[in-house]
Amino acid sequence: MTRTIRIKKGADIRLKGRPSTQVEQASSAPLYAVQPPNYQGIVPKLEVKEGATVKAGSTLFHSKEHPEVKFLSPVSGTVKQVVRGEKRRILAVVVEADGKNELHAFASVDPVATDREALVAAVAERGFFAFIEQRPFATAANPTDVPRSIHVSGFDSAPLAADMEVALAGREAAFQTGIHALRVLAGGSNVQLGTKAVQTFFNAIEGVDTFTFEGPHPTGNAGVQIHHTRPINKGEVVWTMHAEDVANLGETLSSGTYCATRVVAVAGSECDAPRHLQTTLGCAISTLVGSVNEEEVRIVSGNPLTGDRTANDGFLGGMHHQVCLLPEGNKPKFLLVDGWLGLGFDKFSLSKSYPTWLMPKSKEFAMDTCNNGEERAFVVTGQYEPVFPFDIYPVQLLKSIIANDIDAMEKLGIYEVAPEDFALCEYACTSKIAVQSIVRNGLDMLKKELG
Amino acid sequence: MKALHNLLDSVRPHFEEGGKLSKFWVVYDSLETFAFTPGHATKNGVHIRDGVDLKRTMFMVIVALIPALLFGTWNQGHQYLLSIGEITPNDPLMTALWDKLFIGAVKVLPLVVVSYGVGLGIEFLFAGMRGHSINEGYLVSGMLIPLIMPVDCPLWMVALAVAFAVIIAKEVFGGTGMNILNVALTARAFLFFAYPKQLSGEIWIHNVKASADAGLLADGYTGATALGHLASTVGKGLDEPAVTGVMSMFGANGMFSLSNSFLGLIPGSIGETSALAILIGAALLIWTGIGSWKIMSSFLAGGLVMGFLFNLLGLNAYMTLPAIHQVVMGGFMFGMVFMATDPVSAAQTERGKWIYGFFGGFLSIMIRVFNPAYPEGVMMAILFMNVMAPLIDHYVIEVNVGKREKRALAAQGVTA
Repeated sequence: MTRTIRIKKGADIRLKGRPSTQVEQASSAPLYAVQPPNYQGIVPKLEVKEGATVKAGSTLFHSKEHPEVKFLSPVSGTVKQVVRGEKRRILAVVVEADGKNELHAFASVDPVATDREALVAAVAERGFFAFIEQRPFATAANPTDVPRSIHVSGFDSAPLAADMEVALAGREAAFQTGIHALRVLAGGSNVQLGTKAVQTFFNAIEGVDTFTFEGPHPTGNAGVQIHHTRPINKGEVVWTMHAEDVANLGETLSSGTYCATRVVAVAGSECDAPRHLQTTLGCAISTLVGSVNEEEVRIVSGNPLTGDRTANDGFLGGMHHQVCLLPEGNKPKFLLVDGWLGLGFDKFSLSKSYPTWLMPKSKEFAMDTCNNGEERAFVVTGQYEPVFPFDIYPVQLLKSIIANDIDAMEKLGIYEVAPEDFALCEYACTSKIAVQSIVRNGLDMLKKELG
Repeated sequence: MKALHNLLDSVRPHFEEGGKLSKFWVVYDSLETFAFTPGHATKNGVHIRDGVDLKRTMFMVIVALIPALLFGTWNQGHQYLLSIGEITPNDPLMTALWDKLFIGAVKVLPLVVVSYGVGLGIEFLFAGMRGHSINEGYLVSGMLIPLIMPVDCPLWMVALAVAFAVIIAKEVFGGTGMNILNVALTARAFLFFAYPKQLSGEIWIHNVKASADAGLLADGYTGATALGHLASTVGKGLDEPAVTGVMSMFGANGMFSLSNSFLGLIPGSIGETSALAILIGAALLIWTGIGSWKIMSSFLAGGLVMGFLFNLLGLNAYMTLPAIHQVVMGGFMFGMVFMATDPVSAAQTERGKWIYGFFGGFLSIMIRVFNPAYPEGVMMAILFMNVMAPLIDHYVIEVNVGKREKRALAAQGVTA
């Protein structure tokens, strides 16, 4: 069953330095890290101490709330450091690889022949609940829920994103096993897959409801795809999982060893050779991008709209499939040259007060990280709606969050959204409002309130 | 540019906390950010941001106002020379171009200076008190206010109106972005209600009273605006000589003919007379997406519908004026393009904008004709719709909320 859904709202930010479809093997990293803050809503409880020896697949920590949800070491080696931040919050568990690649042995599981309860336990034990997110609240999934459905987006529409066809090439069998597992987790069926018409990888995949999408970013966001197929109502829970993690899950279940492969798009205008690199979860960023001058270049783990800023000594984020190198915009801009009155031929703008819209669609832009203005109150209206493909009033929802009005938030549809769905609103905002962090606050507030 | 930036940097310590001039930090900050977009890099959330900011947005509105400002300046001189018979309506428009511009500029510039001086002064004061930076909102309001003033409006009255509008309509509610009423229209409404006599009389054409006293006034010039003349016909029979006299002024060769009204060669507030100049501004606002085309087009539709209904009724001479003539007269076009589209005080939902605009235009013409005491119905209509805008949005959003609730109930029905 295939249905094509056309989405008009949204925008593709045409950034310079898109990755080529070439995949290279990244050099193996000396250090790897699993970073608890990457997993929304997880409070970690350590299972290892500094200096402990671990195998690839050994548990490093688990979720305090759901101890069965484990977070595994992607490589074998020794726990070098537990990095802590304010209030001793654990920021990262760093493992020094020993290069032996010793594997923790799990039992091999055939998802089709396993009942749901056993499979939930198996998935959690193998560290894969870490990669399942849920809506509402856009947090790590709760293994005690039975989701209404599980949604997998088959493509990433974000600027400079990895090409899923490239990343998954040759892994059809693993992906299929992963889908079978998700079917069991979702209670028998109810697995949805969103794809693009040009993709061929998913053609032979069985057991999913496939929807074909056309349209600009954020069409690839699971939230957008869910909204346009089976919108989430109050009281319903939908899980989402990245397609690469589905393949990793499938491979782990059938082989009995932890598969933490990542094909990462390394891209951006400051990147010498934008391409895909095959590596392992949590690898040191330097093995992907080398060493950069942090004054001039920003390293973003994730996409330029939702990713995390990191540094030369940082690590690839747990939920990230791309790394971007963007020019830092930390220098003042004179009004007539490149400031607010400039002609702005080199700026990609969604506002027609800049000439972007008159330029050929093939032109790409090197955007720096400058805020391009100061924060102001909401003034301009009708600016978020064209880039927000939901039947939801974005500004009104944001205002209800700012006003701590839980009732209004529910009515205005907060259950359906994640901060990433608002990323383009934040990009386009004339008043430079921190839209995603407002949405995150609202979701956290709501979760706390509803318990 | 480096030199300018170094200069700004070198005086910066004086304005910072503990410096001699720290009270004037707001002034320094606003000048610095005017010249240089600060090198603030994004922190959390998006790493890249669109180039557009509020400064650029507001500046575009000012650019859109320039045709109306230039034409208005010229027209004030033009009207003055016409009123004293120095030129005749049949002379080419370029006659005495520099005289007209000079006379106009002498009257208009002080209004602009007073508006910005008083308004920005109060803004700086409030920003300093509240410890936040200056918002760009007043850059536009400060230009709008002189453009909706009569040419001979005493400067002290303008200053008072600006102070009232900025403090009561804006700062009391929390500043730019928080106001309910359009700031510029509040200034005009203040004058209208506080100084009705001064505003309705002899200040629409420069020096008209003095000219009349000196016996210089040309035939047909009383100093009244088109709407003032029309208002005088209400309550009188269609055939009364006074009425036919007025209506002949709106005929093909009259002072207020359709083409004169459209081009703006008539007395009126400085920026409001020329529909053409205003529409050039409207084109820029729509082009850049800064002014809502939905509000403008529905506003126009509302005005035309009401005008047309009046044509059908035809109960008095005012009603018989063609709808198209109604909308190019008075402040209708100016209100439609620059006042009704103020994003803060207008409806904020896309559907709400249609409703808001339509009723704005509809009521403008209705008030104008029904209540001759308020010749400028546009001001009243837009202020009224400003108050109604949140209500319109509320109902538009309720529809969306209802749809979601219905969907949730349907889903429960399936699972139950």
